[in-house]
Amino acid sequence: MLTKEIKQQLTAIVGPENFADSKASQLVYSFDATPQFQAMPDAIVSPRNKVEVAEVVKCCSQHRIPLVPRGSGTNLSAGTTPQQGGIVLLFKHLDQIVEIDEENLTITTQPGVNTLELIEAVEAKGLFYPPDPSSMKISQIGGNINENSGGLRGLKYGVTRDYVMGLEIVLPNGEIIRTGGKLAKDVAGYDLTRLFVGSEGTLGIITEATLKLIPMPETKKTVLALYEDIDAAARTVSKIIASRIIPTTLEFLDQPTIKVVEEFSNIGLPTHVKAMLLIEQDGSTQTVEKDIEDISEICRENEAIEISVAKTEADAEALRTARRSALSALARLKPTTILEDATVPRSEIAKMVKAINQIARKYDVEICTFGHAGDGNLHPTCLTDARNKPEMERVEQAFEEIFQTAVDLGGTITGEHGVGAMKAPYLHLKLGEAGISAMQGVKQAFDPYNIMNPGKMFAKSSRKRVVVSP
Amino acid sequence: MKTAEKQRIQQQFQEKMDYDELLNCMRCGFCLPSCPTYIESGKDEAHSPRGRIALMKAVVDGDIEPDEEVKRSLDMCLGCRACEPVCPSGVNYGHLLEQARDIIYQNQQPSLPVKALRKAAFKGLFPHHNRMIALTGMLGFYQRSGLQTIARKSGVMKMLPESMQLMETVLPSVPTSKLMKNRPRHLQPAATTKKKVAFFSGCLMDTVFLPTNDATAKLLQYAGCEIVIPETQACCGALHGHSGEKQQAKALAKRNIEAFEDTEVDYIITNAGGCGAFLVDYGHLLKDEEGWQTRAEKFASKIKDISSVLIELEFHKQNLVLENEVITYQDSCHLKNVQKTFMEPRQLLESIEGAAYVEMKDAGRCCGSAGIYNLVESEMSMQILDYKMKQTKAANAKTVVTANPGCLLQMKLGIEKEGLTKQIRAVHIVDLLLEAYENSNKQ
Repeated sequence: MLTKEIKQQLTAIVGPENFADSKASQLVYSFDATPQFQAMPDAIVSPRNKVEVAEVVKCCSQHRIPLVPRGSGTNLSAGTTPQQGGIVLLFKHLDQIVEIDEENLTITTQPGVNTLELIEAVEAKGLFYPPDPSSMKISQIGGNINENSGGLRGLKYGVTRDYVMGLEIVLPNGEIIRTGGKLAKDVAGYDLTRLFVGSEGTLGIITEATLKLIPMPETKKTVLALYEDIDAAARTVSKIIASRIIPTTLEFLDQPTIKVVEEFSNIGLPTHVKAMLLIEQDGSTQTVEKDIEDISEICRENEAIEISVAKTEADAEALRTARRSALSALARLKPTTILEDATVPRSEIAKMVKAINQIARKYDVEICTFGHAGDGNLHPTCLTDARNKPEMERVEQAFEEIFQTAVDLGGTITGEHGVGAMKAPYLHLKLGEAGISAMQGVKQAFDPYNIMNPGKMFAKSSRKRVVVSP
Repeated sequence: MKTAEKQRIQQQFQEKMDYDELLNCMRCGFCLPSCPTYIESGKDEAHSPRGRIALMKAVVDGDIEPDEEVKRSLDMCLGCRACEPVCPSGVNYGHLLEQARDIIYQNQQPSLPVKALRKAAFKGLFPHHNRMIALTGMLGFYQRSGLQTIARKSGVMKMLPESMQLMETVLPSVPTSKLMKNRPRHLQPAATTKKKVAFFSGCLMDTVFLPTNDATAKLLQYAGCEIVIPETQACCGALHGHSGEKQQAKALAKRNIEAFEDTEVDYIITNAGGCGAFLVDYGHLLKDEEGWQTRAEKFASKIKDISSVLIELEFHKQNLVLENEVITYQDSCHLKNVQKTFMEPRQLLESIEGAAYVEMKDAGRCCGSAGIYNLVESEMSMQILDYKMKQTKAANAKTVVTANPGCLLQMKLGIEKEGLTKQIRAVHIVDLLLEAYENSNKQ
């Protein structure tokens, strides 16, 4: 609960129209896209500029009020649920592209700009910003930076982190700092830019970012390969990379996923096959032609039963759209859909897919798997019903085993969704206690009062839970 | 709102809301960019489909009370249902909204004037065709007698909200009572009979927009349809259903099902996207009425929009001619999002010789008309309309084509508001198609 005095302070900073604390407004900002996580904030505050952001942070620091920066709330790790109440901070007024610099190939933007609008703005100038999370139509770039979002093009082009060159940050004490800049080389001190990307709002508030752009690839081609054997598809993935070909995207869908996506988007996907690979390559026309030929050959050698190259851009776009909606389409099958993103080195893909199938059988739960197979980032997705408690317990156990298997194969518990409140109990699997301590030291240095998005990243106790909410 | 009132509403939410459907929303947020009120409210989750569903669920769960803010969030919804086609989980948002509104309105004591107005409109007017004619007749008297000129000059109109003032100026010249009363009941096709259809005339369309209904009948005749127009049909009930008057909507639905049941036609044709969408949903509306669901579904399966039947009968291959004009199309939300009819109108318009079809940006986004929304939520409606007019101007079109009476009035209102009445006209698609057909036959 905020005292009357604090409310007055906050209202004085942002203006009454940018402060809300009615029950309804608290409720609609109590969740994000993560199932089973919900917590009410005390108020929702929308500062109009960075100075107001700093004033709000100072006020929260003074009164030790939790502060949760939030974009469009599409993350899947309970990264923006206000676990300990406090203020949800919105960026609806910081929604301008500051500059597209065609000489240095950078874009400088405020955090509230929609990701797709940003991509379209740079593409209109023949430039390319590759990170393309599935939620890009909805998400804000500030949210992408805080979560270090990935996407379909990650295999070849990397993730959000690889494009952030500089940041403007309001620190938890209210000071405003700038890191990095329009510089390819910059070794002046610690790389705070990298530290803040993916810090999930636990270290400070990002109020501006300078992002790297690259020239738009000349052309792009899309291939679809179908398999009657899930292992054959996984082997193909490993073989393509081993052959020194790095496709833009290399996506994997298993049969249950294919069926649901087809039902949702009606684009003529065959639903009788066991696995599907969606492969894309971009670059110069010559390279693309050759790579696509080689890729098709590798698919054939690895027992693909059908290989087709999308004839038109419309065909290709329809296929990509289908993959993008995979997660949500799965939601049609059961009331509760839990999506994970255990990730392994790409050479271990076949082993991981097999292990997931075995684990699902062992615990008698339904798991569909799709994902960015090219970069080893799989999305084992569990279809269940939160009201069925015994099943939820088994889901819990299955996921724990999946995480452990991923780590054992040299992988990680989360490839792109983040830790948030959801994965915090599992972070030790990847980092060990010493690793967690080191990170907590960093957190303590920046945020001694623990006001920045508390309850995220670090678990309070060792009690594990992915799906059973408190 | 009083405590007892809130408790009653909460209890009925628990009894009547479809909880599986509420759970079906996984909060992915895919609906957000399609929601006009989310966009125009500066991305306020309380004015988004995801936020509204969360509020409904929270009321059922007892997490919050159904207070004024919750009601405000639901009132602010246009009901355009643009969130449905983009929802990967297939949440039927329209049904949830209707149910929630019905519970709130049936349990709330509205202020006296609002109550009187609702009663007059929903019970006293729309269901009674003769009264619609009488009122429209009065409007005609107002327009023709010189009263309109006096009203406008006297400044009385200035006392009304902006949308009402504008509405008064853009209402078409209405037909005389005599014309409205003597309607044909059976029409033969121009040449050979390809289909036998029934025509759903609608309450507004058969009074204020009578010439458009005449044009629809003519197009159907030219396309090869034998037409029956059952006399006992009534208002579709959409305005009631969307405004929390479900019982009345059900009564109207039953009347319509009975009126069309013995017609033995291939299709039942509508020319108003809003009516059509409500008619195809009669099965759901009457799902709890014993003995009605199957009859309702049979009725609903025959509903077809005029554009759709014209394409099926290859009317677009006829000679259609307009003189050098750029045209654009504003989707009717319910025609597009519920009846999934959006290619057909475009195909028809693109087939007109001499006309250049230009797609306006965000043609599928609501114009802000939304039944009586533009009168009761004037401010948001005008904000949404301003965006629409910006896109209309950018399309550089001389003619804006619509497929629903509400949209047509709203676009006319937008044109009037922007002072563009000399440059741009808004028309119903059937009026434009008839114009194009008759042009070519003159030549």
